[in-house]
Order: sequence, then C-alpha cells, then structure tokens
Amino acid sequence: MLAETISEARRQSEICNACRYCEGYCSVFPSMHGHRSFSDGDITHLANLCHNCRGCYYACQYTAPHEFDINLPRALAEVQVASWKGFAWPSGFAALFDRSGVTISAALALSIAFLFWLATLVRPESGNGFYAYMSHGLMLAVFIPAFLAPLISLGISLRRYWRSAGGELTWRGIAASLRSAGRMSNLSGGHGEGCNFEDEDRFSNARRWFHQAALYGFILCFASTCSGTLLHYGFGFEAPYSIFSLPKILGVPGGVLLCAGTLGLAYLKTKADRNLGAVRLWGGEMAFILLLFSVSFSGLALYAATGTTAVSWLLPLHLGFVLAFFLTAPYSKMAHGFYRLAALLREAESRARASQA
Amino acid sequence: MSKIRSPKKVDVVVVGGGNAALCAAISARENGADVLVLEAAPKPFRGGNSRHTRNFRCMHAEPLGTLRECYGEEEFFDDLLNVTGGKTDRELAALAIRTSEECYDWMFAHGVRFQPALSGTLSLSRTNAFFLGGGKALLNAYYRTAAAIGVRFIYESPVLHLELDGGRVAFVDAEIDGEFERFAPRAVVAASGGFQSDLEWLAEAWGPAARNFLIRGTPYNRGVVLRDLLDQGVESVGDPTQCHAVAIDGRSPKFDGGIVTRLDCVPFSIAVNKLGRRFYDEGEDIWPKRYAIWGRLVAAQPDQVANAIIDAKSIDLFMPSAYPPVQAETIGELARKLGLSPDSLAATVAEFNSSCRPGAFHSSEPDGLSTEGLPLAKSNWARPISRPPFYGYELRPGVTFTYLGLRVDRNARTQANDGPVENLWAAGEIMAGSILGKGYLAGFGMTIGTVFGRIAGREAAEHAR
Repeated sequence: MLAETISEARRQSEICNACRYCEGYCSVFPSMHGHRSFSDGDITHLANLCHNCRGCYYACQYTAPHEFDINLPRALAEVQVASWKGFAWPSGFAALFDRSGVTISAALALSIAFLFWLATLVRPESGNGFYAYMSHGLMLAVFIPAFLAPLISLGISLRRYWRSAGGELTWRGIAASLRSAGRMSNLSGGHGEGCNFEDEDRFSNARRWFHQAALYGFILCFASTCSGTLLHYGFGFEAPYSIFSLPKILGVPGGVLLCAGTLGLAYLKTKADRNLGAVRLWGGEMAFILLLFSVSFSGLALYAATGTTAVSWLLPLHLGFVLAFFLTAPYSKMAHGFYRLAALLREAESRARASQA
Repeated sequence: MSKIRSPKKVDVVVVGGGNAALCAAISARENGADVLVLEAAPKPFRGGNSRHTRNFRCMHAEPLGTLRECYGEEEFFDDLLNVTGGKTDRELAALAIRTSEECYDWMFAHGVRFQPALSGTLSLSRTNAFFLGGGKALLNAYYRTAAAIGVRFIYESPVLHLELDGGRVAFVDAEIDGEFERFAPRAVVAASGGFQSDLEWLAEAWGPAARNFLIRGTPYNRGVVLRDLLDQGVESVGDPTQCHAVAIDGRSPKFDGGIVTRLDCVPFSIAVNKLGRRFYDEGEDIWPKRYAIWGRLVAAQPDQVANAIIDAKSIDLFMPSAYPPVQAETIGELARKLGLSPDSLAATVAEFNSSCRPGAFHSSEPDGLSTEGLPLAKSNWARPISRPPFYGYELRPGVTFTYLGLRVDRNARTQANDGPVENLWAAGEIMAGSILGKGYLAGFGMTIGTVFGRIAGREAAEHAR
C-alpha cells in the first residue's frame, strides 16, 4: 500500500521536477527541486510538507484528461496517510486511519454513554458548579490516562517519523517552523491571496483564516484548561471561575474561535473537490472537524448553562466529546498537525543549511 | 451540420482561447463591446499553446516586480535581430518591445501573478517575468477576469470558416455540439494559433518525415482558420516551409508533452543516429544557443530519431527530464536497450574516447575541451564516455510552432488586396511570423500575444461601436 502510493507520487514528482512552474506556491516545490531522484524518505517528507492548497493542481497543464494524469495534492495526501499508518504506535490500531469516521463516531457514542453512566452511578454528595454533578477526582481518574495515552502514542509515532526522515533538531529550525505554522504561510499561495479550495482555481484565504481560527482557538482552549489546573492545584481556587478569571478569558474566545474555525472548514470542505485529497479519508476528516466543533460548542454551552439543571446532562455530553477527541487523536486527522510541524521543522533546517553552504 | 440557423449577432467574436485571444477579449470588453470567445478545445485543454508557457519577455528601464536590473529597448532589439537574423518587421517589433513594459502591470491588474525565475533558469531572471504556476495559471486568471466582466465563452466550438465578403468578414461559422452555428459579428479577432498540429500540412513542407515529428503543444492548433483566410486572399507573412523544432525526449506523447519533454544533455553527450554514428558537433556552443537547431538535425536522420549517450560524470549536469534515462553498465548493454547495434555504438564511443584530450572542463561555458583528429569534431565539453553507469536518451524532433501567419499592420489589422480587411484583426501565433521570421527568443511569443491581443481587442471594440 505504502509502496504503491509512494511510487505513484514519485512518478508525478519526476514530472514536476522537470517542469518547476509551481516553484513559488509553497515549500513542497523548492524542496523537491533540490533532488534529481526521490527516495521513499524524500517522498514521505514532501507528503507531510504538503498543505493540500491545490494551487499546483489547478495550474498544472498535465492534469487528467492529459495522459500524464498529474494530481500531486492527491498523490501526496495518499502518501501522507500511508506514512502515518506506517509510523503509528501501537501499530495494531493503524488501520483506524482508514476508517476514522467510523472510529470517531463509535468512540463518541461509547465515551458519552460511559460518562453518563459514570455521572449517574457516582453522583457526588457535595460540590459546587459542575463538581455537584461529577467530582473533581472522578474527572481526573478518567482524563489523566485519556490525555496521557494518546500523547505517548503520538510522541512515539512522531519519533519514528523523525528518525526515518533524518532531520536535525535546532532552535532556528523550531523558530522557523513555528513561524510558518503560526502564519500558515504555506496556504498563502506564495502571493498572499491564498489557496484554490472551495471554488476551483479562484484564490482565497478563507481556508487559511478558518484554519487559523481553529488552531488558535484550540490553543486557547488548551491553555484555559491548563490555567484551570494551575489555579486548582497551585492556588486552591476551584471552579466555577468568574468571567474575569484566566480560564474564562482564555476559554471563551478560544471556544468561539474553535467553533467558527471548524464550522468554516467543514463548510469549505463540502465545496471543495474531493478528488484532490485522500478520497477515502474525506468522511474521517469531516468527522474530526465536527468532533472539534462539538467539543468547543458544548463547552460554551456548558458555561452558558452555569447554575441551571442543564449542567447535569451537558457536562457528561461535553466530557464525552472531549474523551472521544483524546482517544481517537493518534489515529485521526489530529495527527496531521504534529507530522506537519515536524516536516516544516526538517525543511526549515535543511533550507537554512543550504543557504549557508 | 445540416441546417443553417439565422446568424447570431454579436459585437466581437474572438476566435481562439489562448493568451492573445483572452487579452483581446478582455480588452474589447473593457472598451465596451459585447464579446464572444470561440475556443476549439474542451475546458480542461483550453488556452492553446499558452498552457505550456512559463514567462514573457519584458523590457524595463529599472527593476520591475520580479525582474532584476534593466533590459532596455536596444538590447531587446539586438537579441531579436540576433535570433531572427534580421527577419523581422522592425516597426511591429519595436511596438511589441516598447509596449511590453506596460504589459507587466496590465497583466497583474488582470489577475496574473509573477514569481522569481525558476531554479535552473537564472539566465532569464533579468529579461523574462515568470508566471506563478506557469501558463495555465495565467489563463485561469484571464478566464476568471473575463467572465467577471461579462465575456462569454463557448468551449469545443471549432471555427471552420470566416466568410469574407466585400473586404470584410460577414459571418463566422463554427461547429458547436455537432451543430453548425453562424455568427454575424461586427468585428473579429483571429487568435487561433499556428498549424503545427496538422501533420499533413507539415508534411507538405517537410515531406513524409514530418509524420514522425512530435508536437510539443496543443493538438487543437490545426491552422483551420489560417488556411481558410489565406485561401480567401488574406495576405500571409512568414516562411510556409519552416517550423520551430527542438530535440526532445523520444518517449514523449505525440501531442502536448510541453516543457517536461525537454532534454538539455546534448552538449555533454555524443549524439548518434540509429546506425550508431555521430552526425553533428554536439559541443558547438552553449545549449541555449544551439537547442533550436537540433530539432532539424534529428529530423534529417533516418527515421527522425537519435540517441544522446552520456556517462556517470555528466548525469547531474543538466535539468532532469520527465523520463528517467535508459541505464546500463556497459556500452554494449546500453546499445541493446536503445535498439542500436552494440558493435557500431562501441566503435563510435571508442573512436570518440581516443580523440578526447586532457584539459579543464567547465559545464556552464564553452571550455574549449575539444576532440582531436576526429573528422566530425566535438568542439567543447568533449570528455570520454567511460565511467559507468552509462545513460541514453532517445531524441526526436519536437515542433513548437510554425512561422506562416497573417500579415498585420501596427493596429493588428489583417491585410488583403493591398488594403486592410475592414473588420478582421489578428493576434498571437497566427501573426507572430511578422516579427519572429526565424528562430526563437524565449518568452517573446507571449509578449507578442499580449501586446497585439490588447491592441486587436481595443481596435475591434472601437470598430464595433
């Protein structure tokens, strides 16, 4: 499977390398044009570097029905997911990537059911806010392993990727890759007018801005949770927190951004041509986006419902979404963020080295 | 095709859908005309040979966008005289060159984006502005711009005939969805390219060998409109027997292979024909100055085929092509894989190798490292073909464009019977022979198309008022 997808991507890359018209769109082409031939590792690196902006596809004079049948965004997307399956640890679950829509739905149903069951089974005798419905200790008992296990899984998978790619970890590489991801500069189209996604060859920054909203929203939500943990253990302040507290100042805008970003991405995804990505994964990617939306929306709803009895069902619902998100993270679209950052890092470092030489 | 419906009235019909056609359509629409574009190709292949272009040559007095330093009118003109050997209409050439500078901003304003010269093309970074994404991206931008301002398009609508009557075009006849459609436009812009994909027409000038030529560009440039107009007495320009042909990878598709079929390995090779014999000095000059003669050199060989043979020393010295080379550990094995006689190739290589002499090799400039004592010398880059693995690339002639076209005046208006055709303008490859009478200057075809497309569109719209 991996060998086939790689050899197809290699066939296409050799044609691209003889043309080079797309050099200005993104990082993939300058990286590609430094080679004369492509090892499996080179192709895997290009695949994880590709942001699927599709500029090259619409600009290409060799797309079908031309006999060269170039569709680089798709070829690289196929290699990308095949590579994630190859690096995934524990590898027994790797096949879940192919069915992540089903996986996410199943995980979701089970997580929500589990948390409702937990909530009714062990109702605390006392507690404020949502701790009246589920004790702090119980939440930790569920979420510490549910948080750490996927993190360990992703960490080991990523290390396997990094070793095979043969990159070098440097501060300037880290800085450059974070800058690139932070600006999502590979979705700028090289001219700042964005990518070709929702309306064939029209350039638009919509996907870039929605992705930024989702990314920064996610980071803010994560920071909100961290700040809550810190307040709880470091300062003895327990939830519920006021609107002027750190968890809310970070969490509310974060939740709103994540909601808007994921909704926007889901909408754009329905408009875009499915044949320019890994076709089988479309459902899984969509499920992942909607899951992230559900996490953020139910979180905001939970906050809005403070003091009402709706908390009794919103809390296990929200926690169910969160749990499903964590559990599926190593085998869902969530993996792309980590691999992408690693590929950007490797690319930034190798470019810095090349420009010094 | 049976019944003739009543002709459809329209201000301006543009025949063709490439760069010149779109520049004309946009320009005519912006000058107030109602514009219909008739493109013979289906949408995925729209745009003629412009799909395969990557830059345009642009005069500039100071750094302009991605263009470095300056490229003045005189230098530009000298470059043109150099490649054409003076076969150019000086007035039209000067107009194209002078107007090229303002085209940069016009193109940008109409959606074209530029990028720095591509890796491997730095020699053009001062003279040529590269389209981000190449020619198809440029066309996409023009089609979007044109659609947004109300230009109408019909794909798969080959124009078969322009009915000339009393010194003007009365009707334009096209085939649309298998039906015969007749248009009665006030003005017409012919921007339908050359005839290089009509192999029978090429064979008229070149003999049967032309049927073995590969066509680097669109299969839709069959010269139907060109021939139709010439048959009705519209004046021609350019040598009807000539086409621009380069040596390309012999495994390329018959049509539409474009840029990726290019092979730059000849100067570092020995090039042999199917008999295993060398036939021309491979190292005569640097490749950009020689690649254009190799099309006809190969065309003159038996079966219009040759093979470039290099060894491991040279494999990294040129841009990769779309096809990996044929590779072997011995010359004999390579010959067998290429379908050549092992004995005769081995003899040719041995004779060549024994004529090489020591000296400094420089890949990027004539290094004077020539053979000694060979009847057919290799003047530069002559190093023995000795270090395995050995590589071979099959070469065939690849036709880029033809020179025969329509004569136009400085307003891009066509001529017949010593006067202008009242309502017929021409732009792009169909009239480029006026300026490029011989040879080729990288990116100049797109300059001519843009300059005269804009003029033709404007003039046609003025006339249609």
